[in-house]
Amino acid sequence: MTCGYGDRIILRDVNLSVPRGAVVAFMGTSGGGKTTVLRLIGRQLGVMSGQVLFDGVDVAGLDRTGLMAMRRRMGMLFQFGALFTDLTVFDNVAFPLREHTDLPESMVRDLVLMKLNAVGLRGARDLLPSQISGGMSRRVALARAIALDPELIMYDEPFAGLDPISMGVAARLIRELNDALGVTSIVVSHDVDETFSIADHVVFIANGGIAAQGTPEELRRTDDPLVRQFVDAAADGPVRFHYAAAPVGEDFGLRGGVR
Amino acid sequence: MSVTEQLSRLGASVRGGLADIGEATRLLGRLLVLMPAALARFRLVSDQIFFLGNYSLAIISVSGLFVGFVLGLQGYYTLQRYGSSEALGLLVALSLVRELGPVVTALLFAGRAGTALTAEIGLMKSGEQLAAMEMMAVDPVQRVLAPRFLGGLIAMPLLAAVFSAVGILGGWAVGVLLIGVDAGAFWSQMQGGVDVFLDVGNGVIKSVVFGFTVTFVALLQGYFCQPTPEGVARATTRTVVMSSLAVLALDFVLTALMFSI
Repeated sequence: MTCGYGDRIILRDVNLSVPRGAVVAFMGTSGGGKTTVLRLIGRQLGVMSGQVLFDGVDVAGLDRTGLMAMRRRMGMLFQFGALFTDLTVFDNVAFPLREHTDLPESMVRDLVLMKLNAVGLRGARDLLPSQISGGMSRRVALARAIALDPELIMYDEPFAGLDPISMGVAARLIRELNDALGVTSIVVSHDVDETFSIADHVVFIANGGIAAQGTPEELRRTDDPLVRQFVDAAADGPVRFHYAAAPVGEDFGLRGGVR
Repeated sequence: MSVTEQLSRLGASVRGGLADIGEATRLLGRLLVLMPAALARFRLVSDQIFFLGNYSLAIISVSGLFVGFVLGLQGYYTLQRYGSSEALGLLVALSLVRELGPVVTALLFAGRAGTALTAEIGLMKSGEQLAAMEMMAVDPVQRVLAPRFLGGLIAMPLLAAVFSAVGILGGWAVGVLLIGVDAGAFWSQMQGGVDVFLDVGNGVIKSVVFGFTVTFVALLQGYFCQPTPEGVARATTRTVVMSSLAVLALDFVLTALMFSI
């Protein structure tokens, strides 16, 4: 498929599939189209050409009811959690349950506390999003994303801006939830170590397409220059350090060029 | 700039304007369609009535009191020239109920509640809360916008009523207590001269229309704002400017219509 915003094409003729039950990571530079893939799967963004299939169904062909039913089978963790700031931690996790089910309040309570327990925040139920840390927010958002027991969980930059401890916690949670709940997980990240430690399959997205893909071990050994630059965190490489600019000599008024 | 360039700019701005109108109309249509569903979950609506109405109560009451004070003074000044200062109660009540109550309340409501609505929804948008809701298969227009729309629609006439009532008390305080207009004349002229349907009814219709306008403009600006700090700031400003102008223009139209009936 091909997609983009307005006239700007972000991904061109990309073809990939995510196997059921796996943890698949999309990696690449910022602004390269990783998050766009998530938006395509949930049809927050439509494709320009081609198809996006979820469980064999073309998401573009769904009507509103169908789309809503499909989204109920997905959970999405937004970059900064996107918790509802006017609701407590408990009410945030209860939100999808209350919206989509007629469960009695006692059942909602038990379910919410189970989900919160899974992310280790049962004790934080009465706090407001403004009272908890960034790492905790994301764990609450994760509890909310799994409230309806989805088949697919999408994580948008789950590690960005977290301290090393929270990062490790987040990575372990993603893997454990994937295995314990039997879900499929898609992780969008640019954090090499954490992502490689949990992913079954990694896809590098760059320059509007797939630059490389494989298991973390394969990618660690690859000599693809882009992946190498990424894995080694080199400042310059296929991804340039300098933003495209006029020659240095021209900007600084030097004659005879720069040595 | 060449002529073709100017023409294409003009074309682009016209197309952009038409697209905006189209989006606004579609949003309004959906809000109207979703009204019964929003009423069915009245808890969400009553929360908004509390939020929009209760928090505006202080500014509305204080403003109403001072407008009433001024009406008492200015009204007495004019009326006593014709030796009819006993009609002060009638003048104060008619001015407030027919005109000042709905209009000033709507302007204050736009500044107090409209901006709060726009900023709240704009920040929810920039915090990806609306997108998160969509991904949870919950329609933000139904869950977030519709209850606020109904809340504003219900809160605004109530606030206008409070404004008028407090204003009449203010006019009484100045006219009767301070200046010494006869209290019996003040109240009986008011009772005799204010018609429930023609005067109070017209005021209620106005306040409902204004509540509709202000709340819709606020929601529209919040929902379609650029999800950045500047975008939210611009949208909030636009809410006040657009809804105030709309209220004043609509007031003229409504008053003219009601006169002709």
